[in-house]
Amino acid sequence: MKRLGRALVAPAAAAGVAIVISALALLLSGNSPLRAFAEMWDNVSSAESIVLIINRAVPYYIAGVAVAVGFKMNLFNIGANGQYILAALVAAWAGTQVSLPAPLHVAFILVVAVFVGAAWASITAILKVTRNVNEVISSIMLNFIATGLVAFLLAEPFREPDSASLIAQTEKLAASATIPKLNRLIEWTGVDLGNANLYGFLVFAITLGIGYHLLLNRSRFGYELRLTGINPDAARAAGVNPNAMILKTIILSGAIAGLIGMHSLLADPQFHRYGDQFPRNLGFTGIALALLGRNSPIGVAAAALIWAMIERGTQPLSLLGIPQEIGVIMQGSFLLSAIIAYEVVRRRNEARTTAEAARLITQSTDADSNETTEAQVAR
Amino acid sequence: MSVIAETPSTEVGRNPIAQLIAQPRYRLMLIAMIGVVSMSLARILSGNDDLTSSGTIGVALRTAAPIALAGLAGLYAERSGTVNIGLEGMMVMGTVFAGWWGWLYGPWMAVAGGIVGGLMAGLLMSLATTTFGVNHIVAGFAINILAPGVARFMSNVLFVPNPPGSITSSPGNSGSMGRFTMPFTSGGDLFGWQSPDILGWIENQRWFIISDISGLLRGLSTNVSYDVLLTIAIFIASAYILWRTPFGLRLRAAGERPAAADSLGVSVAKMRHAGLAISGALAGLGGAVLVIAVNRYQEAQVAGRGFLGLATLIFGNWRPAGVAAGAGLFGYAQGITLRTNPEQVVRALLLAAAIALAFVAIWSLTTRNVKAMGFMVLIAIALFWAYLTTERPNNQLVFVTPYVVTLIAVSVGARRLRPPAEEGIPWFKGQL
Repeated sequence: MKRLGRALVAPAAAAGVAIVISALALLLSGNSPLRAFAEMWDNVSSAESIVLIINRAVPYYIAGVAVAVGFKMNLFNIGANGQYILAALVAAWAGTQVSLPAPLHVAFILVVAVFVGAAWASITAILKVTRNVNEVISSIMLNFIATGLVAFLLAEPFREPDSASLIAQTEKLAASATIPKLNRLIEWTGVDLGNANLYGFLVFAITLGIGYHLLLNRSRFGYELRLTGINPDAARAAGVNPNAMILKTIILSGAIAGLIGMHSLLADPQFHRYGDQFPRNLGFTGIALALLGRNSPIGVAAAALIWAMIERGTQPLSLLGIPQEIGVIMQGSFLLSAIIAYEVVRRRNEARTTAEAARLITQSTDADSNETTEAQVAR
Repeated sequence: MSVIAETPSTEVGRNPIAQLIAQPRYRLMLIAMIGVVSMSLARILSGNDDLTSSGTIGVALRTAAPIALAGLAGLYAERSGTVNIGLEGMMVMGTVFAGWWGWLYGPWMAVAGGIVGGLMAGLLMSLATTTFGVNHIVAGFAINILAPGVARFMSNVLFVPNPPGSITSSPGNSGSMGRFTMPFTSGGDLFGWQSPDILGWIENQRWFIISDISGLLRGLSTNVSYDVLLTIAIFIASAYILWRTPFGLRLRAAGERPAAADSLGVSVAKMRHAGLAISGALAGLGGAVLVIAVNRYQEAQVAGRGFLGLATLIFGNWRPAGVAAGAGLFGYAQGITLRTNPEQVVRALLLAAAIALAFVAIWSLTTRNVKAMGFMVLIAIALFWAYLTTERPNNQLVFVTPYVVTLIAVSVGARRLRPPAEEGIPWFKGQL
């Protein structure tokens, strides 16, 4: 309990700073912060709103986990964005090329997406291992190349055939490629959701979170991953092959990134195809969430929910004449102050540990003999 | 004699041509020559005069300027030891401030606004990285998340109540930036008298090489907006400041050996703050150049140019001239898509690339590197085949070219690239 409390100090302080900064921004623009915050609270506190927040948070969470896997090993997979848009497009197209019974159809599309995400990420991994190319640089470049590739594929080869519309989009997926809603399950427990629909991809997100936790904390691979992240030299000395770890981690990160777009593609009836309206920046949101949630399965989930909550809360503000963009400022200042707060706490803990270790060493040498200490001091 | 002693490779010691080429100065001259000759040949063979026309060069200069400024911004930050992924966000801050001040006070205040907006973002990042020691990539990324939010908030508050301003666009600059044309060579005015346009005349003769060089020079000296001229001046000044002044030496020392710099009394923190402040200001200026080009702020105007600037930095091996060359290349690639009939120009460019690679293959004969030569010949043939078979190259193909080129350059030339030794590592006083 004490540990949890200590872990929450930094994010709580950061949230405080973010609220102060947004309040200042609101004051500067001539709006009442109190009114805005009260309005935001009203917008997030109904059962319907909570469902909408969860729906929004699901792809965010997957994006956060995809990035967090790499971060755990100090690998900055900035490329999650390119990996997922390419994966979503190819999977959306592949899904229209087959006709399968419902569960198999969904599974097929998911496998394609995971495979494409992993394949695109493997370029970064191979360049890093064989040519020592920094993964940040290569993944930034690959993001742009993926954007161009998606535009190219959508313009001609994957475009909905014989469509009269001018919008470039893939053909709509068949009904068999739908992940069912969870409404009946929730209503069975007695909660009324009103008009809101809870989309079924949530189940995948929860499974992914549990899988990530088990992989990280209960498997040999996870142990080696964390070890390499904390101390690469120690890991190498313990027999961990660094190149193999880099390859596996980046490709795993890409595979998970492939799933980011699947919530929209398979569970959200608004899309069910890849087109101009398809979300395109979830990978970058994922980076923010991995940073906020400190790469932990629970932390990233909390971050995703907060992110979605801010968006949901600020969305209707414009109707009242308050700029809804205050939400993005809130998110950005929260992120910036959180990373600073984490760093300050980390350095303080480090200093404390060092001081403690130094104290223990002096004690034990005092007990051993005075000569050794003197010799050490002289040196 | 000393020339021979300086040549590093003994394998090519007997061949005088190879010795000459092995020197960086002649190598650069040779690369430039190959470039001009292949472009000229491609222009004549394809009959597409727009490939090297002064109009194309002028557009390329205009599109290259913001990319070059972003690259130079990255240069200052990274030379002082901070990796700046936040360039994109700093440029965004530059655009919104330039749109705001440009709308109220005119184009020169747009320049000032861009600098101020970017500067604030740079200092904010420096607070995180230099003062608190936050990981540079993480902090830069946070700036990239924060900046578009601030920009959108500002445009909601400032532009929406003032039509034709909207959430995505400023009402438009009051007045436009003046343009400069060199007298005598390019037909500029001199006290109201129109001087002759000598380069223009030569360009129209369509001579081999000579007309192409005239086109290049005329493009660089005709109708150049003053903010672009300012960019060129800043580049020249930066090359001097960073390599010829005490401040430049200290700044670079903070990036190469912070502990050594500190032991000689240089404040590493101050240098890194200064590096990021200048970086932000230049990136913001790059944003202002974008705003002035279309006379207004538009949302998402930056469109990845900050990252492209980062690419030119790597491409140019962390040197101002290299950054300028990289930005010129990328600017040209973006610029031709803005010309009439871009597909045909791109097609002609494929031919130019094939010819250039053929020359490089001949060049690699001097070092007897058969493997490299075979590789180049293969690519040259592929490009030539692409020139013959494609009728209209895809626009997306052009869009990704700079990124693919950078990716290839980084993976092939990784050993030749030399970033500042301790960039990206947070440093505190007293640390070794």
